Amino acid sequence: MSHPVAPVRHVLIEGNKSYHQISEDLSVPTERAPSREWILAFSIASAFTALYVFAVVWTIWKGIGEWGANRTINWAWDITNFVWWIGIGHAGTLISAILLLFRQRWRTGVNRAAEAMTIFAVICAGQFPLIHMGRLWLAFFIFPFPNTRGPLWVNFNSPLLWDVFAISTYFSVSVLFWYTGLVPDLATVRDRAIGFRKKMYEIFSFGWTGSAKHWQRWESLSLILAGLSTPLVLSVHTIVSFDFATSVIPGWHTTIFPPYFVAGAIFSGFAMVQTLMVITRKVLKLEEYITINHIDSMNKVIVLTGTIVGVAYLTELFIAWYSGYIYEQFAFYNRVFGVYWWSYFGMMFCNVVSPQLFWSRRIRRSIWWTFFLSIVVNIGMWFERFVIIATTLARDYLPSSWSYYRPTWVEISIFTGTIGLFFFLFMIFTRLAPVVAIAEVKAILKVAGDQYIGPKAQKRAHQQVEQVTEKQQEKL
Amino acid sequence: MSAESKKVLYGLYNDEEELKNAVKTARQSHLDIMDVYSPFPVHGLDPILGLRESRLHILGFVYGATGALFGFLFMSWALAKDWPILFGGKPYWPVPSFIPITFEMTVLFAAWGMTITFYTICGMWPGVKAKILDNRISDDKFCIAFDVTETEQRSMSQLKDFFKKTGAVEVHEKTL
Repeated sequence: MSHPVAPVRHVLIEGNKSYHQISEDLSVPTERAPSREWILAFSIASAFTALYVFAVVWTIWKGIGEWGANRTINWAWDITNFVWWIGIGHAGTLISAILLLFRQRWRTGVNRAAEAMTIFAVICAGQFPLIHMGRLWLAFFIFPFPNTRGPLWVNFNSPLLWDVFAISTYFSVSVLFWYTGLVPDLATVRDRAIGFRKKMYEIFSFGWTGSAKHWQRWESLSLILAGLSTPLVLSVHTIVSFDFATSVIPGWHTTIFPPYFVAGAIFSGFAMVQTLMVITRKVLKLEEYITINHIDSMNKVIVLTGTIVGVAYLTELFIAWYSGYIYEQFAFYNRVFGVYWWSYFGMMFCNVVSPQLFWSRRIRRSIWWTFFLSIVVNIGMWFERFVIIATTLARDYLPSSWSYYRPTWVEISIFTGTIGLFFFLFMIFTRLAPVVAIAEVKAILKVAGDQYIGPKAQKRAHQQVEQVTEKQQEKL
Repeated sequence: MSAESKKVLYGLYNDEEELKNAVKTARQSHLDIMDVYSPFPVHGLDPILGLRESRLHILGFVYGATGALFGFLFMSWALAKDWPILFGGKPYWPVPSFIPITFEMTVLFAAWGMTITFYTICGMWPGVKAKILDNRISDDKFCIAFDVTETEQRSMSQLKDFFKKTGAVEVHEKTL
C-alpha cells in the first residue's frame, strides 16, 4: 500500500527492496570473492602505494634537497598536495554531519563511503607537512609535551600549530563518527558470517545487539557528533587558510580566505565523492542505492560551491585593484599573467567554467558527464592551491631572488603515490565493511523506497484501485 | 546485568508497525518486556516502550566544557606563567590566539568522552560476545523479549497468547 507522501520527495531506493534484500545486497560485496576488476585495480593501487613508500624513504634518506622546492619557493607541491587532500577530506563529514542536521535523506546512500573517503584523504594529507619538516623523527616536537628544554612550549599563537590541533582533532573525531555508525552494520555482517569471519566481525562489532535502548543512545550520539562535527569541519579549512591569511605575503594576506577555502574544500570533496561513487556503484552493483537522484543532488552542491569559488576569485582580483596597494596589485597581476599563467587559467576553466555545465539537468543526471567533470574539478582545485602557493612565492619582494619551480621525480612520485594509497585504503574498506549504511537505508525505506513513493508506487496504487473497482463492478 | 544465565521467551515480527502495536498491547496488559531489538532505530518506539530520553547529551556538554577549560587554562599557564615569551610584540596572554585551539579541545573532549561513555554504558567493547537471540534481528526481524527465568507455566501461556494475538511470526525460547 502506498502512503500519502508529498510528490517533491525523490525515490532514493529503487528495485522494490525488502529489509532482507537490503542486507543481502549491501553485505554481499564483503562476502564474495574479489572480482577480477577489483584485483587488477588493487594491484595498480598497491604499485602506486609502493612508489609512494619508496619516494618518502628516498626523501627522508637524502633530505628535502631532492625536491624542486628552493629558498624562494619553499612551499611548493608538498603544501599544495596537503591542502588539496585536506579539502577532499571535507566532503565526508559535510555529507554525514551537515546533511544529517538538515535532514537530507539522500545522505544515507553515500555517507558511509564519503566518511571513509574523508579519513583516507586526511591520512594522505597529514603526510605532507610531516615529511616537509625534514626531520620526520622529530615530528612529535609539534605537540606541547613536558620536555627537558625548560620545558619550552610550542607557540600557541601560530596558525601552523592551530593546524596541528585542528587536523588531529578532525581526524580522530571523523574516525569515531564513522566507526560508531559502522558498528550496527558490522553486526549485520557478523550475523550472516560463519567460522573465522564471524570471529573477526564479533570483535569489530563490539557486541552490538540492536537493543532499543542502544539504538536510542546511538542516535543521540550520532546527532551530537554531527552537531560537533559541523563547526569542526568548517574550522579545519578555516585554520588551513589561516596558514596563508595570517602571513604578510601579498596575495595571501586576505580576509576572504576562510570562506573561500571552505567552499573550495566542499567543492573538491564532493567532486572526489562523485568520482569514487560512480565507480563504486557500478563495480559493487549498488545502482539501486546510489541512484541518479543522489548524483543529481551532489552535482547541485558542486555547481553551488563552484560558483562561490568563482565569485571569490573575482572578489580577490577586485579587492587587489581597489586596495591601491601596489604589492597586492602586482601579486595578482603576476598570478594571472605571470610565469604560471597557465595554472591560473587552468584553475579558472576547471573550477569556474566547467561546473556551470551542471545547470543543465541532463548533464547533472548523466553518469559520464559527472565522472568526467568530477575529475576536471579536482584537477582545477589542485591548480587553485598551486596558484596560491607557487605563483605567489615565485615573485617576492626582492627581484634578485625571484625564481621558478619545477617538481622533481621525487615530488611527483610522492603525490601520485598518495593517490595510490588513497585508492588502496578505499578498496580494502570495500572488502571489509558495507559501503552503504545498511541500517540507515532500512530506516528510510518506507519514505524513500520506490514501492512507497514515486511514479512506480502511484502506478501500483492505481492498479490496486482499478482492481477493486473492477471487482465492485463484477459484484454489481 | 547479572552474569547468571537467563531464560528468555521472544517473538519475532516482520514489520516495525506490528512491533509498535505489539509493544503498546504488552504495556497495556502490564507485561514486563525485557528488551526490544530491531535492525534499525524504530522512530516512535521509545515513548511506547517507556524509555526515558538518553542523557548522553548532558554528558557531552560536561566533557566539552572540560575540554574548553583545559585547553584555555593550559595555554594561558604555558605562555603567560610557565615561560612567558613575546611573540611579535603581542601581549603575554594573547586571548584571541587561543580561540582556535580552545574550540578544537572542546570538540575533541566532547566527542571522545561521549563515544567512550556510549560504549561503556552499552557494555560494548572489542571482544564482547553479543547475547544475540536470533541472527535475523540485525537483518529484517523485529523482536520483543521477555525474561522468563522465574515465570510460571500459566504466565508463560499468557505470553505465548500475547505473541499469537499481536501477529508474531515466530516464538522461541532461549537461554542467554
